[in-house]
Amino acid sequence: MTPAPNLATAGLAGPEAETIDLGTDSVRDLNSRLQAVQPGANATRFHVLNPAGRHALAVGLTAPLSVEIDGHAGYYCAGMNALASVTVNGNTGIGVAENMMSGFVHVKGDAGASAGATAHGGMLLVEGNAASRCGISMKGIDIVVKGSVGAMSAFMAQAGTLIVLGDAGDALGDSIYEARLYVRGTVKSLGADCIEKPMRDEHRAEIAEKLAAAGITGVDVGAFRRYGSARGLYNFHVDNAGAY
Amino acid sequence: MCGIVGLFLKNPALEPDLGRHLAAMLEMMTDRGPDSAGFAVYGQPGADGVGKITLRVAPGFDHAALQAALADKLGAAVEITPRGTHLVVEVPEDVIEAATAAIGTLAPGASVVSAGRRMEVYKEVGLPADVARAFGLAGMAGSHGIGHTRMATESAVTTAGAHPFSTGLDQCLVHNGSLSNHNQLRRRLKREGQSFETENDSEVAAGYLTSRLAKGDNLGEALTAALVDLDGFFTFVVGTETGFGVLRDPIACKPAVMAETDDWVAFGSEFRALAALPGIETARLFEPEPATVYFWERHQ
Repeated sequence: MTPAPNLATAGLAGPEAETIDLGTDSVRDLNSRLQAVQPGANATRFHVLNPAGRHALAVGLTAPLSVEIDGHAGYYCAGMNALASVTVNGNTGIGVAENMMSGFVHVKGDAGASAGATAHGGMLLVEGNAASRCGISMKGIDIVVKGSVGAMSAFMAQAGTLIVLGDAGDALGDSIYEARLYVRGTVKSLGADCIEKPMRDEHRAEIAEKLAAAGITGVDVGAFRRYGSARGLYNFHVDNAGAY
Repeated sequence: MCGIVGLFLKNPALEPDLGRHLAAMLEMMTDRGPDSAGFAVYGQPGADGVGKITLRVAPGFDHAALQAALADKLGAAVEITPRGTHLVVEVPEDVIEAATAAIGTLAPGASVVSAGRRMEVYKEVGLPADVARAFGLAGMAGSHGIGHTRMATESAVTTAGAHPFSTGLDQCLVHNGSLSNHNQLRRRLKREGQSFETENDSEVAAGYLTSRLAKGDNLGEALTAALVDLDGFFTFVVGTETGFGVLRDPIACKPAVMAETDDWVAFGSEFRALAALPGIETARLFEPEPATVYFWERHQ
């Protein structure tokens, strides 16, 4: 078996980075420049300065670029990402990597609410904490949070994995369909139809694989607990009619 | 939508710049609320025992006549300073209530926007930058202030519907969100004797806090009770004479980010509003938790 690629460092080698300064250039300039890069192009490394919390930075990328943002980003950073690797040397606002299809998004600080929302694939790594609703309606993304996640994380999650090295807030996995949730610390409460499930070897192997892909070493995979769907809400039960 | 900003200075050396920072923060939140804006600034108290009433008046209002009539009626010294469409009326602190009542009779067209020892509230329809400029916000000094940019969703774009809303002496509220039980609450508060100027849900939230405070709650208790009695979405920032508080509803879908340094604490609906503050690079940034009352106060 070949070792899993380390996505956290995979995109950083290569030619000199092109610098885009948002102190002088607009967000539209930035995104047009990044979206114009075709797969196979020479210029694939970009360095973004002075983000100052601006929204929608590095969104809709479709080529294997490497983008590094120096500072805090606003809403929807790296949204709809496909193939690209986006690193934020700071915090991100609401909806980082929302609806990501593939690629790698790395937040060095904290992520605001709804990190990785609705994302179909790729990996989101948050070094700090992620606020409420992390992984809401996730559809296949792998999310790794080194800190803790806020209330209602993995709300209505459908597929993918959420690995939390810290704690989870209230109502984890509320109304979850599928998706596997692994939490090393405490879970304040579980949401409707989310239950704890036994950890088997395949789950420990899955955590090890995702952590390796995120470039995280030295974590005991045996320390995690697994949560997922009780599948009790899949079908309407007439006995529950009174609850509506 | 709607945007909220707040700045609370721990370091008094920054006080001359409060208005300048608050004006920049307010303008940055224009995208979230371009139809009207308002702000409360907590300046230095006037001479000992002097209180302030902020009034909104129509253009051409004869404030000299009001000054004379009010002084006569109260038998006390009255100073009036016009600022844009507003007047700051200074009266002895112990007659603030009598003065507010007297203004209602002497100048029925004037609206009382706020009253207290230190708080002045200004609000108007228009772009936040224009509103800030009309009142000279950038030149105002103070220990703390809160501001609001409004995008009206459920009641008319009027000056009276702009924030902040006064909740009592030196207390005000700004709101981002929408309440779903405000009509019922308004009826309840009207039965208790409160009057309302607008159909606005946020005015009801302010009235609710006023009612709780009048019944003996402290601000923390009033805000905690709001979590039970108010149904809907809200991020509130409340200003008091010595500080400001933050409360988000249990779902917390209205955004909020906070930053703290040794010199100040700041609130913004978005990080953009905080990005230009001095020392932001090393500030502790965090998102306030849902259903949790936060408070910062200066202990003098």
